[in-house]
Amino acid sequence: MFLAWRELSFARSRFGLMGGVVALVAVLVVLLSGLSSGLVNDGVSGLKKLPVTAFAFDESTSVDSAFSRSTVDRDQLDQWSERDGVAEAALFGNQLVNAEGEGGEAVDLALFGVEPESFLAPTDASLLEGDLLGAPDGIVVSETVTELGLGVGDVVTLDRLETELTIVGILDGQHTFGHVDVAYVPLTTWQEIHAGAPAGTEVRPEAYDEATAVALLAADGAELDAAAGDDAAGTMTVSLDDSFDGSPGYAAETLTLDLIQVFLFAISALVVGAFFTVWTIQRKHEIAVARAMGASTGYLIRDALGQAAVVLVVSTFVGVAGGVAFGALLSSTPMPFALEAGPLAVASTLLVVLGLVGAAVSVGRIARVDPLTALGGQR
Amino acid sequence: MTSTTEKQARAMSPTGGGLELQDVCLTLGDGDSTVAALDHVNLKVEPGELLAVVGPSGAGKSSLLAVAGALTKPTSGSVRVDGTDVSALSPSRQAALRRGRIGFVFQTGNLLPALTAMDQLRFALHVAGMRRTAPRDPGTLLEQVGMSHKANRKPHELSGGERQRVGIARALVTAPAVLLVDEPTAALDRVRSHEVVQLLADETHEFGVATVMVTHDHDVLEHCDRTVRMEDGRLIA
Repeated sequence: MFLAWRELSFARSRFGLMGGVVALVAVLVVLLSGLSSGLVNDGVSGLKKLPVTAFAFDESTSVDSAFSRSTVDRDQLDQWSERDGVAEAALFGNQLVNAEGEGGEAVDLALFGVEPESFLAPTDASLLEGDLLGAPDGIVVSETVTELGLGVGDVVTLDRLETELTIVGILDGQHTFGHVDVAYVPLTTWQEIHAGAPAGTEVRPEAYDEATAVALLAADGAELDAAAGDDAAGTMTVSLDDSFDGSPGYAAETLTLDLIQVFLFAISALVVGAFFTVWTIQRKHEIAVARAMGASTGYLIRDALGQAAVVLVVSTFVGVAGGVAFGALLSSTPMPFALEAGPLAVASTLLVVLGLVGAAVSVGRIARVDPLTALGGQR
Repeated sequence: MTSTTEKQARAMSPTGGGLELQDVCLTLGDGDSTVAALDHVNLKVEPGELLAVVGPSGAGKSSLLAVAGALTKPTSGSVRVDGTDVSALSPSRQAALRRGRIGFVFQTGNLLPALTAMDQLRFALHVAGMRRTAPRDPGTLLEQVGMSHKANRKPHELSGGERQRVGIARALVTAPAVLLVDEPTAALDRVRSHEVVQLLADETHEFGVATVMVTHDHDVLEHCDRTVRMEDGRLIA
């Protein structure tokens, strides 16, 4: 690193330009990572917070439309309840609805229909204020609903059905599904809404046996035997994580953002590779001199890679710091933005490692510099 | 040639140090268009001797330096640097030998642009793994070549003559047995040329190094102990 440090200082404007590009890429990566995490939260935070191992949907549905298309009944629930390794099983209803607040403001809700005494229902630990599920028209909503100006005691009226629901409790933290706030509602009420019965009218009796899926919780240390359970109950079991793809837009959003990040990593690696290719060609004569002086190939390559590592680590750090600062400003806006240490650490490491790979490919040409070219007339 | 006969040859060699080329041939090119860059060259340079090699362009002067400096393997013959036959060494062993036993002075100094005069010397020590065991103190050496007042200047802040002085100090800081000098006055005016070659002669004598200087400049030959002429790859004493 004797030569590397001195070259960094000597050619600081050139290294600064390249480091600036890497830093800007790092800012973009941080913002995309934050947006990605934010969208994931927006899409599936309501599902993530369920104490569920897997959902058993009707066997005739596909995952991407399962939450809106699947219908299961109590027989299927009973089949699952009896199986080994299943600690808990309960009916779970899911439906997106449009509603109005008392002032006529639009409120979109993802209704999670659960039996108030089942393991799916909100508990005291998850409650920020108010009461748990109990009254047929009482709903427990995500904390994010309060941003609309609604609170405990407020009534929302479902469009078309005119069903009135009263907010009895507020959950702690964000619970959303498909970018819509979650409202827990007693399963019976959910079944009436799902059947499309206007308030106060009769519902066909089978509706009270139906829900979207059977929510399953595996016993401690046990694995769900999904295949056998599905055969017996006529269901299609999907793990909680895989069920995220059933949230509207989830797969498309995460795929797009992941793809952009992959491109950014590739661009950064290529920029670093291109820079060190040109830099190495520029230094060809100096490298020949150093080799004539007896510097080994390993010595020169270690020096060059150390130099690349310094530039990459410093510029990635600067970029990530800038991105985090910028992200802090964004988090106060309605934009779904959430910075998480895990994805951020992975992204920073990838930037540095892939940059080093790019540099390694280009500094390889050091090995091909002939020390003989140091002799004779040059420049 | 087996390694046993090599060892015997080395043991029988009467040379203690310096540079010795025995019947060295170097053929360049391939197939039909081969050129004998060095044609049965025999040369011995004693420690403390400054030998000038003159001759027209293409006579093989650069090839002589390349072979003597373990940059190129001769086609046949042996090259001994300080008693070691370099023509038989692997490229990495040749590099190790260059680090420790051979010093190069290039045409325009060929200093590294990012390094100050002092760092040029320290880099040579660093490369040679002699950071803590420097055989010669870089500061003293810079003073000796008259450059201590510009120890912290980078090459672009130095004149051509000053660069050559730093280049000479850099080549000597690792205490080499052989100093190979390639057209040191090519970019210098008359006065500077005399100063630089005089400095080379002084250092050669003081440090007892075997120096080979390739030059076009007949003016500076007066400072050299001996002059040989090369033509078509052959030495003419």
